[in-house]
Amino acid sequence: MARYLLLRLGDAIPTLFLVLTLVFIAMRILPGDPALAALGDGALPEQLADFRERMGLNVPLWQQYFNFLGGVLTLDFGRSLLTNTPVLQLIGQNLPYTIELTLAAMLMGIVAGIPLGVMAATNRNKAPDGGMRIFSLIGYAIPDFFLGAILLITFALNLGWFPINGAGSDFVSRLHHLFLPALTLAFVKAAFLGRLTRTSLLEVLGKDYVRTARAKGAKENRVIYKHGLRNAMLPISTGLGLSLLSTLSGSVAVELVFNRPGIGRLLIDAIAQRDYAVIQGGVLVFAGFVVLINLLMDLVYVVVDPRVRVK
Amino acid sequence: MSAMSNFAETVVPNADVEPVLSVRDLKTSFLTSKGWVEIVKGISFDIGPRETLAVVGESGSGKSVTALSIMRLLDPEMSRVDGSVKLAGRELLKLSPGEMRNIRGRQMGMIFQEAMTSLNPLQTVGQQIAEVLSIHGLYSGQAALKEAERLLDRVRIPGAASRLKDYPHSLSGGMRQRVMIAMALACKPKLLIADEPTTALDVTIQAQILQLIKQLQQEEGMGVLFITHDMGVVAEVADRTVVMLQGKAVEADSTEVIFERAENPYTRALIAAVPKLGQGSQKGPQHFPILDRKTGTIVTGRERPDTVRHDAEPVLRVKDLTKRFDIPGGLFSGPSGRVHAVEKVSFDLRAGETLSLVGESGCGKSTTGRAIMRLIEPQSGEVSIEGTDIRALDKERMRDMRRHIQMIFQDPYASLNPRINIGEAIAEPFLTHKLGTRQQAREKAMDLLERVGLSPDMASRFPAQFSGGQRQRICIARALSLEPKVIVADESVSALDVSIKAQVVNLMMDLQEQFGLSYLFISHDMAVVERISHQVAVMYLGEIVEKGPVAAVFGNPQHPYTKRLMAAVPVPDPARRKQLRPVSNDEVKSPIRPVDYVPPQRDYREISPGHIVQAWGDDWKV
Repeated sequence: MARYLLLRLGDAIPTLFLVLTLVFIAMRILPGDPALAALGDGALPEQLADFRERMGLNVPLWQQYFNFLGGVLTLDFGRSLLTNTPVLQLIGQNLPYTIELTLAAMLMGIVAGIPLGVMAATNRNKAPDGGMRIFSLIGYAIPDFFLGAILLITFALNLGWFPINGAGSDFVSRLHHLFLPALTLAFVKAAFLGRLTRTSLLEVLGKDYVRTARAKGAKENRVIYKHGLRNAMLPISTGLGLSLLSTLSGSVAVELVFNRPGIGRLLIDAIAQRDYAVIQGGVLVFAGFVVLINLLMDLVYVVVDPRVRVK
Repeated sequence: MSAMSNFAETVVPNADVEPVLSVRDLKTSFLTSKGWVEIVKGISFDIGPRETLAVVGESGSGKSVTALSIMRLLDPEMSRVDGSVKLAGRELLKLSPGEMRNIRGRQMGMIFQEAMTSLNPLQTVGQQIAEVLSIHGLYSGQAALKEAERLLDRVRIPGAASRLKDYPHSLSGGMRQRVMIAMALACKPKLLIADEPTTALDVTIQAQILQLIKQLQQEEGMGVLFITHDMGVVAEVADRTVVMLQGKAVEADSTEVIFERAENPYTRALIAAVPKLGQGSQKGPQHFPILDRKTGTIVTGRERPDTVRHDAEPVLRVKDLTKRFDIPGGLFSGPSGRVHAVEKVSFDLRAGETLSLVGESGCGKSTTGRAIMRLIEPQSGEVSIEGTDIRALDKERMRDMRRHIQMIFQDPYASLNPRINIGEAIAEPFLTHKLGTRQQAREKAMDLLERVGLSPDMASRFPAQFSGGQRQRICIARALSLEPKVIVADESVSALDVSIKAQVVNLMMDLQEQFGLSYLFISHDMAVVERISHQVAVMYLGEIVEKGPVAAVFGNPQHPYTKRLMAAVPVPDPARRKQLRPVSNDEVKSPIRPVDYVPPQRDYREISPGHIVQAWGDDWKV
């Protein structure tokens, strides 16, 4: 078990390394000069040179690369080229908002999606199944930012039930601020998970061991949840992982629409201003999460499926 | 209707005792795209306490649907069950779903064909047995687990207490079926329905399970409804038998009467398909008798000439063939064990001869076939075709050599590309080997289709339009398109129904006569092996333990394993079911050995001309 974990962690390191390298290269290939972006068009050549000197942008590329890697290893992501705030501090300020948004969206998506899927599967080809199909089609088709804008205009601007921007301060107001953005992301999640649950459960309900459960005289609920859904959770948990990843990336657009603080917002702003250090730090955080989520998915498999446990 | 009333007389076991199960005019229909289709067309029978009734038939005869209808396990929206099913006098078809649930698992238990997939992979064996006890409120919590342990012990699972926490994947097929039986019998039901419970199991394991069911039946006094396609199994277990064909009972009587003087030609054909080991086969391979469905008579087939070229050199010679697989250990350590799949296997196959490799799963018979084809590379040994050692050939020349040795696989559904019409499929090898023009290839395909009993105008059809038996004929035609000398047939007829199987085996014999083919016939099916083979080699744990002419090996088996195998094969003798035979409770052993294992030097002795037996060690002494 511990060995399996170590192996998986070992896989994660080259992935992260690759992501770092790609980000570094991408930033350098993109047009735009960070010094110019930071100091403005009116900056004097000496000022620009001085800025580059301070930020370590005047050394050869390969040296910048190694400085960057060395920084990451010592958890020093540098400072923002614009505000001179340490990147780690910026991430620390913004990350909780992204995490709370992602988790809230996931939770809402699971709570709505899985029961919907069960309902559709157990009422196959009847009204609930049809309703589920329409819902999931809409969910798949509608983009995050568009749905977010509609919700914002309807419930925040016109009806005034929810705040228009920001993230709130105390617990209640944070939840209040969180609801609409989380709902936006959850909508797609619910559609995806509902569809996935329906398909997976229908497949499992056709298995021999479900027939065995019925032959034992088990009640239908027991057959569906204990034997059906528990086995269907194997493919569903893979879907959950994928869904978590897409929620994370979806949060970028939603943070922008609802004008919420968060890593997504931080990244977008940094990209607009060619703030290399912040972009690298932000992308690394995202990449770290992707690796972590994949690791968790593998772990879930080990916990849920005794057949994987032996290997 | 007259047939119906007839059955009512013959089917009631004993008028004084109330039957456990009484089925009258059971009709089951399924909703299909063409509307309601009747699958079971009016079946009636009774089962008394301690009595076993067998329902026999081929796939599609409606026998499993009958069982599921009695259990009411069919989807009520897609199916309709009419007639009457009474369990201990109580009409089941009128019960509410809730009432029916209280009966399922409590008063009647069911075991299925696929023991491998019939257990929930995410629950321990103990939990699954305990579940049925707690559903019906007999035991709960720890007491239920304790009872589950006792039940595991009752179905003769060694070390029941430690097995309780095992998940199904760590058990063998036979063990899983024992667990299923423990589950079905947990609440001491009046009726056990067994739907082909041994079909997926090895023959020695089958004998164990059949024995177990019989013993438990005597102890518990329950009635058993036993569904099977195998008349040998019927003779082994059933007091009375119903033969089903296309949803109808064509014959119903006591098992003795059925075996002695079955009237229906279909029944007789089923019985004829069962092996009578050690008898016959003195004259070499003989055709299966075939039922002519139009006239209802059985065609026994003419005497076959001797096809073997005794004077010539063997067409295929295998010497000391060895294939081992390493079992990977950790990341940086070497292999943790080694599968000795094939160990120093040697035999000769002459032109026009059929040699069968028999044995149970894991004995290495299929690996031998694949190693000969060089589909996997053997570690050592010699495989020569007409004197050429094919192991020394490079890729190019090996490809040419494959012309002479072709293979037919078990699953005719999976071995034909669904998007290529069968004419092209048959012509493809011919064109790949550049044996002629496209036109010639087409003519060849037409000719072969005719020879395998299909019509040339079927060439443009796709595999999906053919039945399993027809597809296997197509696979045979494809193998023949290169005019091979040797055909390796790996369980080629195992997936087919009894009557279809007989036809395909007969076809293979006819083709042997026409083309002078040699077959390496790999099978676990003794009935077929006895019919088709000149020579037989019994494999056990990767080695040939006994080989020789069929009549000699089957008639006078020497090696303890051969004897055990022979004893396990169900024979069509209803007298045997009264006896409880001593059946070993052993699992089929595994050929996994430690990495440093060196196989012992084996001695062989000759019993009669060509009949060779490996000397066995102390582990076989009883």
